[in-house]
Amino acid sequence: MQRLQDIAIKVESPEGVQASHGNALPILHEILHALQRFSTEGEQSCIDLRSLPFGPGDEEELLRLLGRGEINVTMDALGESTIWETAFSGVWIVDHRNAEGEPVALQIEIGPVPQIVFSQQEDIVDAIDRLEAQLNDH
Amino acid sequence: MADDRKKLSMTLGESLRQQGVSRRGFLKYCAATASMMALPPTMVPAIAQALEKAKRPSVIWLSFQECTGCTESLTRSHSPSVENLIFDHISLDYHHTLQVASGDAAEAAREAAMHENEGKYIVVVDGSIPLANPGYSSIAGISNLQMLEETVAGAAAVVAVGSCAAFGGLPHANPNPTGAVSVGEIVKDKPVVNVSGCPPIPTVITGVLAHFLTFGSLPELDALGRPMVFFGQSIHDRCYRRPFYDKGLFAETFDDEGARKGWCLFRLGCKGPMTYNACATAKWNQGTSWPVESGHGCLGCSEPDFWDAGGFYNALSIPDSDLTRKTGYVVGAGVALGAAAGALNRSTRAKAAAKHETVTIDDLDKKS
Ligand code: SF4
Ligand code: SF4
Repeated sequence: MQRLQDIAIKVESPEGVQASHGNALPILHEILHALQRFSTEGEQSCIDLRSLPFGPGDEEELLRLLGRGEINVTMDALGESTIWETAFSGVWIVDHRNAEGEPVALQIEIGPVPQIVFSQQEDIVDAIDRLEAQLNDH
Repeated sequence: MADDRKKLSMTLGESLRQQGVSRRGFLKYCAATASMMALPPTMVPAIAQALEKAKRPSVIWLSFQECTGCTESLTRSHSPSVENLIFDHISLDYHHTLQVASGDAAEAAREAAMHENEGKYIVVVDGSIPLANPGYSSIAGISNLQMLEETVAGAAAVVAVGSCAAFGGLPHANPNPTGAVSVGEIVKDKPVVNVSGCPPIPTVITGVLAHFLTFGSLPELDALGRPMVFFGQSIHDRCYRRPFYDKGLFAETFDDEGARKGWCLFRLGCKGPMTYNACATAKWNQGTSWPVESGHGCLGCSEPDFWDAGGFYNALSIPDSDLTRKTGYVVGAGVALGAAAGALNRSTRAKAAAKHETVTIDDLDKKS
């Protein structure tokens, strides 16, 4: 089946550029305050971009203003997720997709590393079991 | 069958682990669920903890006087993935539009689900119920009213999906030839959640089910019985065109300069200021867009009697401050289901079957 993102959509606007609805800047302020809190108090935070009243072009504008930093992570769990540090250290984008590549969550995390990147205790316990089983086979 | 039963008794955490889903995958699922339920991301650990232990509830879906748009809306839902939600996390035991079985076999499946999950299952209803004549809408010869009353008797809660089930919808529009009423007008002794919208937003339907699954309770409701997380703010309050409204910049026709510049659609009949729904942020078609974003005013589809509220293209003439209703929201925790589950009508499968009064072709000819 043809996916929605495969359908070509021509965006028309008077100036030939995507209209900005000015919703990116307030989020940048929120990010700044969160980053200051993280720097001084160590408080990590997360902003869910899906629940915001974004107009056409707002999300693209926000991601463009945040830019790309040095680290990119690809995670493959129930579909692919891409995680990258923005040009502003400590500000991360977490873009979760399902198995069909459709977006399921888009978040901005403020902290040293997004929580989901860390190895999880449950998975480590499972890894010990599997490693032991493998050694027993030899 | 034995496998099905084992699956039912497993918690969600156990069944995901059995499928080889890592903790990271589970956390990702929880992040998507939190986003879907419009809960802050800080809730993810609490959601993970609750979902880890959640068991699959049985869901019986009844379709009455409807156009199937609500089921269409749900089956187009993708987040986290309705297939996951339906087949892994709830047990959809009856849905006569989607299931293969029909007639007596289908009704037997419904009665079996009611019997086996007495006091614990959720009834989802789309469509309104005709009271003028039972023959206007029946399934396997059972009138909508009878099927609703008998199915709800042993349920934990009822979710009225779509404006027809929530408020009567199109069938209820003047002059209401079938005598259509909403679910809430019939069900008085069980918690009823209204997920209105024509159609309702799929993530709102799954969000309510996910809330039940996560917290074992229903979400906090507004004065019209709708979940506050999704219906707590008006379309107008969340509309990205609002800055234009505040500056008095309005499109006057659908193709003028204002329309091209994305100005406010109030004068073209937008009912956003009196409409409470989540489409301004949840959006349609995999989060692609929503009516106002594609240049058309809001019709007010999630409000009672929106069909009869004047023309869709007539501008609201009352000043905005009068339109922003002060709804008397129910404040506090979600509606606990424990009490409802305790006050059960212990109807058995045999009793339910015996009670059926079949609607015949003669009923259709009867004057209502
Ligand atoms: S009137 Fe309609 S288009 Fe204008 S700001 Fe309100 S909801 Fe948006
Ligand atoms: S914009 Fe209005 S009419 Fe359209 S789906 Fe949303 S609430 Fe319904």
